[in-house]
Amino acid sequence: MAKIQGAVTIDNDRCKGCELCVNTCLQHVLGMSAKVNGKGYHYAYMENPGACTGCTNCAVICPDGVISVYRAKVGE
Amino acid sequence: MDPKDIIKPENLVYRKSRLMSDNVFNFCPGCGHGVVVRTIAEVIEEMGIEHDVIGISPVGCSVFLYDFYKFDVVEAAHGRACAVATGIKRIQPDKYVFTYQGDGDLAAIGTGETMHACNRGENIVIVFINNGIYGMTGGQMAPTTLEGMKTTTCPRGRDVRTMGYPLNITPLLAQLDGVYYVTRHSVHTPANVRKLKKALRQAFENQRDRKGTSIVEVVSNCNSGWGMSPKAANDWMVENMFRKYPLGDIKVDGKLVMDMNAKR
Amino acid sequence: MEEKEIRLMKGNEAIAEAAIRAGADAYYGYPITPQTEVMEYLMETDAYARTGMVVLQAESEVSAINMVYGAAATGHRVLTSSSSPGISLMSEGISYIAGAELPCLLINVSRGGPGLGTIQPSQADYFQTVKGGGHGDYKLLTLAPKSVQEMADFIAEGFDLAFKYRNPVMILSDGALGQMMEKVQLPNQRPRMTEYPDWATNGTPEGKERRYVTSLNLHPLQHELVNQRLQAKYRTMERDEVRYEMIGCDDAEYIIVAFGIIARIAQKSIESARAKGHKVGLFRPITLYPFPSGEIRALAEGKRIKGIMSVELNAGQMIEDVRLAIEGRKPIGFFGRLGGMVPTPEEIENALYRQFGL
Repeated sequence: MAKIQGAVTIDNDRCKGCELCVNTCLQHVLGMSAKVNGKGYHYAYMENPGACTGCTNCAVICPDGVISVYRAKVGE
Repeated sequence: MDPKDIIKPENLVYRKSRLMSDNVFNFCPGCGHGVVVRTIAEVIEEMGIEHDVIGISPVGCSVFLYDFYKFDVVEAAHGRACAVATGIKRIQPDKYVFTYQGDGDLAAIGTGETMHACNRGENIVIVFINNGIYGMTGGQMAPTTLEGMKTTTCPRGRDVRTMGYPLNITPLLAQLDGVYYVTRHSVHTPANVRKLKKALRQAFENQRDRKGTSIVEVVSNCNSGWGMSPKAANDWMVENMFRKYPLGDIKVDGKLVMDMNAKR
Repeated sequence: MEEKEIRLMKGNEAIAEAAIRAGADAYYGYPITPQTEVMEYLMETDAYARTGMVVLQAESEVSAINMVYGAAATGHRVLTSSSSPGISLMSEGISYIAGAELPCLLINVSRGGPGLGTIQPSQADYFQTVKGGGHGDYKLLTLAPKSVQEMADFIAEGFDLAFKYRNPVMILSDGALGQMMEKVQLPNQRPRMTEYPDWATNGTPEGKERRYVTSLNLHPLQHELVNQRLQAKYRTMERDEVRYEMIGCDDAEYIIVAFGIIARIAQKSIESARAKGHKVGLFRPITLYPFPSGEIRALAEGKRIKGIMSVELNAGQMIEDVRLAIEGRKPIGFFGRLGGMVPTPEEIENALYRQFGL
């Protein structure tokens, strides 16, 4: 049976660490990096990539437009 | 499956609008402005009108709009966006003109310009960000500041006996005959952002169809001004701002749809 | 050569008719005495039906000037007119227009101030016009007509100068010129523009970079560069755009410097003085900014010249520029009437005799 799996890319340098995406993600895919970017912000990253469904909620809510979302059918 | 195998151009389902420049927003982390600015670009991109659109960015946090868009933008003096939009739209009625105004701009210093543009039924889109505070100057009282809400110019909370009442301006504007569409939204959840996008699309289509003034209000946050984390600010907004400024359509197809006398 | 139409018109009407014929795209304004006939005429003659020129009555001068700002940003020919208190209200917008380097035509049919003042002619807005008015280091290229004919002539010229320099141009007139009727030879109809400058924000053309218009720069160094560019532009205007008129200055021993309506009255004064054997000339600045400083200085350096008198409908404003031009080379006098009063030629003549002991 085909399963939908998603993945996101996050522009670490432009992320301002507001955490809205983390709070929005129903699958708890995203987390905040312990590292900081050039501006000193902890940036969001895929902590639990396998759970991503590619629903785009995180990207839609992102105030800085740093998230792109990909989605594919995997497995048959 | 490894994310690397999914992250391929053919699997892309969401990206920032190509009408956005590479400049980093000057907005604070978690600010609703960024979401609205992006969503406007998405609507313009999807409608394919980027060669015919002119945005107006008046003073306030909205002033840098021209840094973020890849279409023509005119910066305006504080409060004068609707007059500037009128000047442009009247000589180029086939272009799409929108203003992007904060509450200080639209509902304080620019009340006259806004109200008269609406009353003339200027065929423009007004995007109105209501976060109850002056963001750019550092958190002063806005006309929309809630009763009791603290800002740097009402540090003990807005006292309506001396400072006036929160100005719920969009229902007022909705009563003007020139106004065709008034709707109020927010961007604190993905579902709300999607609703806003539909409303913006409706507003620009109204302009295309020469229906008159369309106003899309976004009740938003100001984490820095409110002194809260982005999440706490959104929660506070839902609990407090929405009570005074409830979401939903106020005027649709030229007809009032919100009960003006409803207790809030 | 095509024959030009001659009509008897009020100055305000001539402005309006000339604006239509100059191919103006829009007029945004607000009623105020003594210039209200401009918009009335545009509406009455149906400018929109004639050329497609948009005419809109705004809710205030503040709004009107910002409509002008918007239209100017799209590279169209746009104008507004008002009178002194209205120009004060517009000053914010004028500063933005100058800062954003947009072309437009402004007309001040000025009246007596300060405050609500009078509706009679005055030149008390000289400082406001040429020294600023709004905030910041900017200049308005200022033309001062002396007749209804010049009111009409300066419209197309004003638009051309505005576009040449991407700078607002002011026609500083007064209530007398606005209200009086004279014969005027009208320019022929010029077509409206069909192509707009590259910087104009009227929708990004396909394959082109988007444009934006702003007067904002958060970086002081960047903003210093903007200011330096403005100043360089002003220096060019000072070099290339000075306009003036000299009457009887060749053999003159005394010079009256006057602009606008009062220059015409002073012309009578010098004729009368000459009839009595006094060699008096008239120097009339037509551009108030750039001011004809060099020409006045050259006059003052003449051996014959014994005195120069500035005559104005104010308490003495242009005299400061005359004084700066003369730099103490010759005695300087002043005569002015205030608050909307206009002197007779005799008053001016007598003031000249009094000041220089003739």
